[in-house]
Amino acid sequence: MNSASTKLMHYPGFGVLAAVCLVLLYAPLLVVMVYSFNDSTSITRWGGFSLRWYVDVFTGVEAAKYKVAAWNSVSIAAMASIVATTIATSAAIGMTRCGQWNGKSASFALINLPIMVPEIVTAVATLIFFSAIGFKTGYLSILLAHIVFCIPFAYLPIAARLQGISGSFEEAAIDLYATRWQAFRYVLLPILLPGVISGALLAFIISLDDFIITNFVKGAGIETLPTAIFGAVRQGIKPNIMAISTLMLVVSVVFVTVSWWIGRSGSRSDNR
Amino acid sequence: MAAIAPEAATTGGSVFTGVRNRLLMPSWLSIGILLVIPVIMMLVYSFLTKEFRGGVIWEFSLAAYDQFFFDRGLFGDEPVKIEWTYLTIFARSIVQALLATFFCLLIGFPTAYFIATRPPSSRAIWLFMITVPYWVNLLIRTVSMKFLIRDTGPLNHWLMQAGVLNEPMGLINTNIAVQLGLFYSYLPFMVLPIYASVERFDFALLEAAHDLYAKRWIALRRILIPVVKPGIIAGCILVFVPSLGAFLAPDLLGGAKNFMIGSLIEEQFKGSAGNWPFGAAASMILLSMVLLVLMFYARSEARRVL
Repeated sequence: MNSASTKLMHYPGFGVLAAVCLVLLYAPLLVVMVYSFNDSTSITRWGGFSLRWYVDVFTGVEAAKYKVAAWNSVSIAAMASIVATTIATSAAIGMTRCGQWNGKSASFALINLPIMVPEIVTAVATLIFFSAIGFKTGYLSILLAHIVFCIPFAYLPIAARLQGISGSFEEAAIDLYATRWQAFRYVLLPILLPGVISGALLAFIISLDDFIITNFVKGAGIETLPTAIFGAVRQGIKPNIMAISTLMLVVSVVFVTVSWWIGRSGSRSDNR
Repeated sequence: MAAIAPEAATTGGSVFTGVRNRLLMPSWLSIGILLVIPVIMMLVYSFLTKEFRGGVIWEFSLAAYDQFFFDRGLFGDEPVKIEWTYLTIFARSIVQALLATFFCLLIGFPTAYFIATRPPSSRAIWLFMITVPYWVNLLIRTVSMKFLIRDTGPLNHWLMQAGVLNEPMGLINTNIAVQLGLFYSYLPFMVLPIYASVERFDFALLEAAHDLYAKRWIALRRILIPVVKPGIIAGCILVFVPSLGAFLAPDLLGGAKNFMIGSLIEEQFKGSAGNWPFGAAASMILLSMVLLVLMFYARSEARRVL
């Protein structure tokens, strides 16, 4: 690009708005991060740097409650992510590797339905379903609901990557007497792996993030981190909530960094 | 966003064609059983009779929809009037979602454009910065916003210390706070699809416009925006749809006076109202509105492809 076209591309004020965008996105998070290190019990006045609320999260009176909630969240997210990614990988191959057929658009719409239906509607429908068939709400009902809404989030990056992989690899494998499963397992899957991993990471985060659907289908006596935090916030924002928020924020940032890094290394190997 | 439309072009030969149905069956079954059937049952429930303290009696009734649209007085014997309570909540939700879409576009489009015109190295960093909040738990983001803007929060504290304000501005529990929350929640959804469109834009077109004496802003309006329109529409839908059914922002930032559809529905199942058929009916109305928007999108998308 030469400098003349660069100048033409420039619109005054756009850079300022981009900076405003970043400030708006980060200001609340940074404020909570900073105040999570506040020594004062009065939540707004700054009383010096301290780790006391982090100590409180792990050893305080509510530590046991949050530990159970965190374990529920992580275990549900891990299982939902693994199951959803498996289903999505299979579906993505079916959608991108099998040519044109009647009902392909319908199948695509069905797979992406969980993204298109508003979360609160999914929550209501799932609660009604479980209650109508007499399924006991609890850990398992949360897990089942999470698997379903994670499928399209896992599907999209996997299908996107599949579209960039030539079909000649698996054809060559078949020509060399590999079975269909071997062609998938030893040829297609290794090339597809960055897509599968980013799909699984996205599904994991989406499951961890969910509040509304979990809140509807969880039943009494079980909490995930978001529902436990929501319950606590109803009584006011205490400093330990800010410490938990900061910890979850760090987990999210680590995840997005890993996923970004995998995506980059994936695209780099394409160019080779 | 290309990902929303089925891909016309397919790669690959016939290796997996024979097992197509077996590959797709798990996704069809899981979504069919745990989403399609539940939505159908929700439709059925909206025509049933309510049981007190939640649940339903299996008896056909139009009471849920009747309660939504009409006011027949406390004992059902007064002349029928339009019931404004719920229509107002829906109207408020639509206006809030439209405004959130508008503000997200206002900030999101310049941001996306700015990022897409950076050199590749800093472009990646900008994108990363925009993506991080999208991955952070929405509840935590909303709680953070509440903490920041509430009357005893840091924002008011700083502004009063700086002498800008004499007393807290009372932003929390207003429609403006809800709007701020929606805008803040879904802003990345606007930036990312527009960025994807602008990144593919051929900037030689802007040069050509300039050579033909188009002013900078005319070129933006007449050349750039029409070309990246699919990205703009995708961004608008990705902001509008979740805003319409949002629960966390109105609940945490809006308080009881600024109810939106999401809180209304939640109250029927988790809260004190306990009227399942009514909650199912309100959910059906919300779902119909969203499907209408998506159909409009699918039609414009189809027109573009043809």
